[in-house]
Amino acid sequence: MPSSPARIVVEDLCKSYRVAASPPGGRRGLAGWLPARRSWRTIAALRGVAFTIEPGTITGLIGPNGAGKSTLIKILSGILRPDSGRVTVGGLVPWAQRLRHVARIGVVFGQRSQLWWDLPVDDGFALLRDIYRVPPALYRTRRARLVETLRLADFLDQPVRQLSLGQRMRAELAAALLHAPPLLILDEPTIGLDAPSKLAIRAFIRDLNRQDGTTILLTTHDMHDIEALAERVIVIGHGRVLADSPFETLRATTLSGRRLIATFDGPAPAIALPAGVSRLPAADRVLALDFDPARIGAADLLRLLAPPGTPAGTAAPADVTITRPSIEDVISRFYERHASTP
Amino acid sequence: MNGLALWLRYARASLAGQVRYRGAFLMQMAGHLATTLLGFAAIWVLFHRFGTVRGWTVGQVALFYGLVNIEFALTETIGYGFERFGDDFLRAGAFDRLLLRPRWTVLQLLGHQFRLRPLARLAQGAAVLALGLGMTPVRPLLFTAPMMLWTVAGGIAFFLGVLVGQAALSFRTIESLEVVNVLTYGGVEAGQYPFDLDARWFRRLMTCVIPLGAVTYEPMLAILGRSPHPMAATLAPTAGFAFLAIMLLYWQAAVRRHASTGS
Repeated sequence: MPSSPARIVVEDLCKSYRVAASPPGGRRGLAGWLPARRSWRTIAALRGVAFTIEPGTITGLIGPNGAGKSTLIKILSGILRPDSGRVTVGGLVPWAQRLRHVARIGVVFGQRSQLWWDLPVDDGFALLRDIYRVPPALYRTRRARLVETLRLADFLDQPVRQLSLGQRMRAELAAALLHAPPLLILDEPTIGLDAPSKLAIRAFIRDLNRQDGTTILLTTHDMHDIEALAERVIVIGHGRVLADSPFETLRATTLSGRRLIATFDGPAPAIALPAGVSRLPAADRVLALDFDPARIGAADLLRLLAPPGTPAGTAAPADVTITRPSIEDVISRFYERHASTP
Repeated sequence: MNGLALWLRYARASLAGQVRYRGAFLMQMAGHLATTLLGFAAIWVLFHRFGTVRGWTVGQVALFYGLVNIEFALTETIGYGFERFGDDFLRAGAFDRLLLRPRWTVLQLLGHQFRLRPLARLAQGAAVLALGLGMTPVRPLLFTAPMMLWTVAGGIAFFLGVLVGQAALSFRTIESLEVVNVLTYGGVEAGQYPFDLDARWFRRLMTCVIPLGAVTYEPMLAILGRSPHPMAATLAPTAGFAFLAIMLLYWQAAVRRHASTGS
């Protein structure tokens, strides 16, 4: 039921913060806010970010802490005003037309509740209905649907502070969607949740996008969120867009590598490395290899470690794990690649 | 839903939340009632000993005392969101939540908590005011009643202006601003007595710079029929609204600045 398309256009967005570099235990109290000899330093949070997001898509925004994600989310939500650059969301400039803009978006912060702590969930919903001026008939159908799909019925009459984290996040999602916004911004929506809750939230977000055509922008540190949801991934680092590509492309270029870690009872054997395999520094009894599955299969690599005919318990590894690189690895790889071009 | 209706909705929701803790609420009310009654008892003893102080009878002082306490109690009831803004919103990061909602921040903060606790002060102020009216000849009811309402409205505007200014200041400092209590609690203390009992510089400050006198002393003189400029005294509560308007402009500027600094 989106009321208007939520095309997001971001051009050359810059934002820096002035941080007071006052000596610890310095001037306090009244003196603290007099225009005193304070030294300031500037931290650039965003340095020329640009992208366009089409209505009806799901975009993942990833990057390490301090990369500028939160700043970007705040600007897109209309809370923060950038230093320079242009942003429009559905034709509105978020910070300049804040009241109209926020009426057309839903925002969920995984780490911060949007609901009223002491109020029963349903009372909070009713209050949001009046805040967002949702017509009663629309509210009834919308609420009924959200209660059903997010399975809220069991705890609608409980105060928010009594809810488990999983229940609360479902309630938060419903609260952000009661006014049927065409754009939903999710800031780490699955943080701290157990596996079933994460799956439920992901399934809900996907259905919301498919059935209602809601545009979704989400930040996360959980690669599984990205894999399950995002058609497109924007990687932010050092205040810039480091990569902006369909998820499959990102997977093929950066996530294709695998890491094999073999632990031995004795010192790890020295093996001749085939093409597409590199050895990482590790402890004596550990053999850590990065390999490209397109060039050598995991099974072939394992056979190298323990060739047929090796007597059991002598040179065969005691334990083997194969992992894909973590999102932090991906980001740090981007850093290495981009560090030379500041 | 318009602003006023939404504010009433907020108030209803907040009351529902407070009724959950009925025992604690009643204890608090009793404590506040006792504290404020002791304050008035002290004045009573003073006047009982001396009859009048510089021409003011105990009944007249009761009018000042009752009026300012009613004004401040009603302000505390609706202005708690501003009073707690620095700690509960800004530092807790909850201010962003207000900005994410399509309503004026001031309306949301007024609706943050509709407090029942100041009702103790309100009840006590009303009782003392009634006592004073019974003991003191005032202008005819047709003048006194609307003038009293008008004065209370101006007083609420004034005290709310102080709280709004305090909240706006908290954008600039991470320290809590207890200094502003000079104007709120200090203002109540000062307004409880006729101003001509105070030093002249203090009277000037409290009437011209901070329009406390304009919402307490001056209009009450008009009600008592003792004002040298009855017309001006009748209009004096306007200053409370002007003060609130200035503080709201300051608030808007502070919110705009906050959006630029993000801190």
